[in-house]
Amino acid sequence: MSLFQYRLSELHNLLHDSKISVSELTEESLSAVARLDGDIHAFLTLNEEGAKSAARQLDDKLASGAPRGLLFGIPAGVKDNIVTKGLRTTCASRFLDNYQPIYDATVAAKLRQADAVTIGKLNMDEFAMGGSNENSAYGAVRNPWDLERVPGGSSGGSAAAVAAGEVFFALGSDTGGSIRQPASYCGVVGLKPTYGLVSRYGLVAFASSLDQIGPLTRTVEDSAYVLQAIAGYDPQDSTSAKVDIPDYLGALTGDVKGLRIAVPKEYVGEGVDASVRDTVLAALKVLEDLGAVWEEVSLPHTEYAVATYYLLASSEASSNLARFDGVRFGVRVDDGSGLLDLYHNSRSQGFGPEVKRRIMLGTYALSSGYYDAYYLKAQKVRTLIKQDFDEVFKKYDVVIGPTAPTTAFKLGSQTEDPLTMYLNDILTIPVNLAGIPAVSIPCGFAEGLPVGLQIIGKEFDERTVLRVAHAYEQHTDHHKQRPQL
Amino acid sequence: MSITVKDVQHVAKLARLHLSPEEEALFTEQMNAILQYAEKLGSLNTDDVPPTTHVLHVSNVMREDVVKESITVEEALLNAPDEEDGQFKVPAVLD
Repeated sequence: MSLFQYRLSELHNLLHDSKISVSELTEESLSAVARLDGDIHAFLTLNEEGAKSAARQLDDKLASGAPRGLLFGIPAGVKDNIVTKGLRTTCASRFLDNYQPIYDATVAAKLRQADAVTIGKLNMDEFAMGGSNENSAYGAVRNPWDLERVPGGSSGGSAAAVAAGEVFFALGSDTGGSIRQPASYCGVVGLKPTYGLVSRYGLVAFASSLDQIGPLTRTVEDSAYVLQAIAGYDPQDSTSAKVDIPDYLGALTGDVKGLRIAVPKEYVGEGVDASVRDTVLAALKVLEDLGAVWEEVSLPHTEYAVATYYLLASSEASSNLARFDGVRFGVRVDDGSGLLDLYHNSRSQGFGPEVKRRIMLGTYALSSGYYDAYYLKAQKVRTLIKQDFDEVFKKYDVVIGPTAPTTAFKLGSQTEDPLTMYLNDILTIPVNLAGIPAVSIPCGFAEGLPVGLQIIGKEFDERTVLRVAHAYEQHTDHHKQRPQL
Repeated sequence: MSITVKDVQHVAKLARLHLSPEEEALFTEQMNAILQYAEKLGSLNTDDVPPTTHVLHVSNVMREDVVKESITVEEALLNAPDEEDGQFKVPAVLD
């Protein structure tokens, strides 16, 4: 029987009782990658020897009776925009094809401190720009539920690896929905924490005011475990929040009696597939039966979120990616005609089309004469979007809706039209603009494909978000469904 | 307002990108579509709305000025495409 049927807490018990060893668990993960990843293509770099060596050390630690970390012995994958010392980190870009980081991102160090085993680095949209994972320079990831469909992006490799049963959890990053949307498409749990709760030190920046690292797992309880291990103030990240980290596992009471839920009419209206809407309404009925109450509300500036996001994210991206110039790391294309041409040639050959498109858009929005009309305007509309949430949270505990307007679409079906692709993120983007937490959990299937339920909370109120998600999960079995591979 | 190929060429220069004629044509079309969509923000009155540059209320974040080990020259140059005498090597900028 596969060990992938177990939750992290169950694996801990099995390890504690010596029914399995960390080496066996790691071997289970590595053999699953060997068996499945030819079809899924979730991994860009496999850390086979490193993982086996770490597993042996952890087995010794177990035998010695030394205290064990929160993620003791658990094989994990890490999105390839999180730097890992000595382990190739490419951001799925040709630009960083051979990049060997000289330090660990804070989250990578925290995984090690928590005794997790890093199996490898996971595929993604290049520099985390995309909603389908078709923008990887190394080829698209495929959805384990239907290999002809996208896994979602940009943490598509992270979601697919967890859904396929290649790793027990993964880390992703979420700038406009890049953890939650692939979690929804792949039928796993994806948590975007409050901005500043998890350190971004060592995350290759895309849009610095929006990016946030979070876990992709198979259950809400597993998500709470990983969040507990990676959350916390980091003096190396100037945007890190100085807040006390609560007990996330203790929040999983299963009780939602009296909980007040807001359902924005904009999240279940036009543009959302009827099958997705019906699945989400059925999920609300489950919470209602558990004693929660829900009402329809309005987040009136939702329709402006995508435009706001693409102006802000592209502007920040154009600035962040200016450091990729072929001088200190990455691709260098020198045709002998001087330094300026070295910059131009290296960037032109190192970056893929979506990255170039966003750099161009951002450079335009920040350029002389357009700054006020585009960038400043978008920052002001961001305030209005945040105020929408502030207003709703005066009366309600959580906001609930679908994670994405549709289920996973077919590979190649939207690549010609970036605007349509961008609109897939309409239900996740407002959360990043407001900086608040949200989780996507499996809530059913539409035509055989997973549908995600998005639960959004007040800032730093991950406990309530996880409590509601866990309560729902305890009374349904969607999260136990596995793709046939 | 619409963007011309000439605008795209100017922005590419600012962004330090060489674009092929095909890329210029494609980006002109796509940037026009995206910016036209973004024009909808213009319909909102934001005269009295402060901009949100950052969702957390933090400013002037400083660490204690503590002397500590820095990375070595070898580490700094580990990923350098070209180096000489412990420095990053680039084409000459002066004759």
